[in-house]
Amino acid sequence: MVEWTEQERDIINSIFSSLDYEDIGPKALSRCLIVYPWTQRYFGGFGNLYNANAIKSNPMIAAHGIRVLHGLDRAVKNMDNIKATYAELSVLHSEKLHVDPDNFKLLADCLTIVIAAKLGSAFTPEVQATFQKFVAVVVSALGRQYH
Amino acid sequence: MTKKLLNDDDKAVISGFWGKASSRAAEIGADALGRMLVVYPQTKTYFDHWKDKSPSSHNVRKHGKKIMDAIGDAITLMGDLNNALLELSQLHAFTLRVDPSNFKMLSHNILVVMANYFPDDFTPDVHLAMDKFLAAVARALSERYR
Repeated sequence: MVEWTEQERDIINSIFSSLDYEDIGPKALSRCLIVYPWTQRYFGGFGNLYNANAIKSNPMIAAHGIRVLHGLDRAVKNMDNIKATYAELSVLHSEKLHVDPDNFKLLADCLTIVIAAKLGSAFTPEVQATFQKFVAVVVSALGRQYH
Repeated sequence: MTKKLLNDDDKAVISGFWGKASSRAAEIGADALGRMLVVYPQTKTYFDHWKDKSPSSHNVRKHGKKIMDAIGDAITLMGDLNNALLELSQLHAFTLRVDPSNFKMLSHNILVVMANYFPDDFTPDVHLAMDKFLAAVARALSERYR
């Protein structure tokens, strides 16, 4: 089981309570598709992904980015049992969506960078370490049910 | 003939961004190195000879600046990275012997700091080009490992 200090819990809750999902979600997902273009393989039905501008202005990608970001809410609310919380989602990503779990890390890195851009000086090394610990646990949980 | 890692667009984007960012090179390097040591504690194993490994320490600031100055030099010599990094490549292969996985960890933190300091300029296109560039640097530095 992952141990969290009070300070780490406060940091995660603080980041997510002040998060603009409509802004950060689309930015994180579109950045992932641009910086790691092979991740576009999972978005065949999402319309025009021809270049960076097309991706950034694609409304389906934006909506999906918001959805994925809200997917983290359950982990924030259940930090002591993220593994169990995401068991079903892990099965979904493996059995139905067939997403290579290495891609979770790529999206997590892009989310970290988007949050770093948003929080400015508040994104201290300690806050970064806590946020990366959190997303690493989420990434691990999402890959747990693959076989 | 191996395909070049960076195309002309990448180089133009990198030069453009570095034109704005280079004045803060020392800060960027220090901050990135400091963050790496905090976020990836296993990287501290390379710095046992430093008593203080905190982000604001003298050693971290000095070494971070040294690293980022070298990266800045590599940006100006982007056209021929392998030659530009010849000496540093020897150093990393035979003296430092830093496991190549660590290049990724430092690169990640350089990108985090760039996004943090230049949120409007560090667009996805800049991020892409800079990620490719840092990967090319890492490859050049580990070329002589075996």
